[in-house]
Amino acid sequence: MAKTAKIEVKEQNPVTSLRGFLQELLGGGQVDGLLVAAHLPVKGSVMPVLVTDPQRMDGVDPLAPAFPINAAKVVSRLTRKPTGQRLAVVLRPCEIRAFIELVKLKQGSLDEVVLIGMDCLGAYGNVDYARLAGENGGQETTLRFYRDLPSNMRGALEDSEISPACKACEHPVPENADLQVAFLGVPMDRMLLVQARTEKGMELFRKLRLTECEEPKERQAAVAELVEGRRAYRDRMFEETSRATADVEKLMEYLGRCVNCYNCRVACPVCYCKECVFVTDVFDHEPTQYLRWARRKGLLKMPTDTVFYHLTRLAHMSTACIGCGQCSNACPNGVPVMELFRTIAAHTQRAFDYEAGRSAEEPPPLSVFREKEFSEVTGGKD
Amino acid sequence: MGEHEPKIIAFVCNWCTYTAADLAGTSRLIQPPNVRMIRMMCTGMVDPKYIIKALLEGADAVLVSGCHPGDCHYINGNLKARRRIKLLKEILPRFGLDERRLKMTWIGASEGIDFAETIRGLVAEVKALGPNALRNQMVL
Repeated sequence: MAKTAKIEVKEQNPVTSLRGFLQELLGGGQVDGLLVAAHLPVKGSVMPVLVTDPQRMDGVDPLAPAFPINAAKVVSRLTRKPTGQRLAVVLRPCEIRAFIELVKLKQGSLDEVVLIGMDCLGAYGNVDYARLAGENGGQETTLRFYRDLPSNMRGALEDSEISPACKACEHPVPENADLQVAFLGVPMDRMLLVQARTEKGMELFRKLRLTECEEPKERQAAVAELVEGRRAYRDRMFEETSRATADVEKLMEYLGRCVNCYNCRVACPVCYCKECVFVTDVFDHEPTQYLRWARRKGLLKMPTDTVFYHLTRLAHMSTACIGCGQCSNACPNGVPVMELFRTIAAHTQRAFDYEAGRSAEEPPPLSVFREKEFSEVTGGKD
Repeated sequence: MGEHEPKIIAFVCNWCTYTAADLAGTSRLIQPPNVRMIRMMCTGMVDPKYIIKALLEGADAVLVSGCHPGDCHYINGNLKARRRIKLLKEILPRFGLDERRLKMTWIGASEGIDFAETIRGLVAEVKALGPNALRNQMVL
């Protein structure tokens, strides 16, 4: 039931054209607020902003190849109670998928939200983006990032590459969006596409009086080619990571630079506990206990529980991991957290025939059960 | 040096397996003394982190045992627990932890004999596996 329309791109600047479209959406009163990524007045900094005044959208740039946080968390914050107001949120595919997970965990709601999903070519890590945008300016960096499309889909600028999470991402096209902004396989210097994907999207599509057009034939093939390359990278990453963490000793080596700062957990959009057990006193043992452990082993690394922390987080959230890579982005010491979590998540999600972010209808696997299943766990008895 | 005496951590539910263990004891059934039992109200409240912690600290095996399906005092906690054990059996072996060190069983309140047999079998199996090397190793 998809409908497609064209946003004309003027002066080869898709950023201003897309901004114009969003301005119309907000100015026309179709929504009461808009959450969208924007360049902040601070140099090299892009963050989601909640806009209600269409005149204040100068910095708005959802195409910016920056991904400082997964905005699912802020959408969760904006939707955890009804407001009676309608909010449009412009998100990357992985942000939508994370938000779907949060909705299922009752930490957000789709009721008053219109999801506007962007095609996504990926983004730089925070450090790389700050440097590039600092040197070249924010909006200029965006324009340069897409300059070689549609022929060059690598999104690589000079010596910097998009983050590993994006290189391994097989979801460059948003799923579950009401409206979709598409540019993959589209001559971006001349046009962007808007596609209505749901009833909610159709309604807006009609109200915005968009002119329908055909989807360019090249699009499907371009997306398929991109996804294929991403899958190949992902599968190599799975293999390498499995090999690098095949036993506890290797895992320790892999996590060797972790300093238990828990930034990965803070940055993770689907780490859903309101209070993480690792900030409570559950594992804050008696001083004498540490001495006993040290005596048994001869020496004890302090703080303890680095491997334990990561394994626990894997058990708690890997079935909800959508692979956005914010864990790695937030790591101050370059631990390849995303690679490990995606590798394990692929197995745990497959075990329960689940895919995080795929559908708002599928219940999270650990919230349900069947009477007869997994009899191998209990020695064949059920 | 004598034979390795394994340490097994057992998370058992108050209503079924703990009662079965009690019955095994009062019935004077012979069982090896290798199990450290932790009584939970339900296996459904055994968070994976406690199992992970036990294995990383060097427990030679972890047993989670509760009521038979359909008998759970809280209706279905045991079935939720089964999914969590399934989850851990997906994760832990990928880091070289032997899956045989994590066991789940259903043992009802009246099944003292079954409990004693389960423990005897588990201890024998774990003895054959040898000690968990992490016990005396510094785990980061």
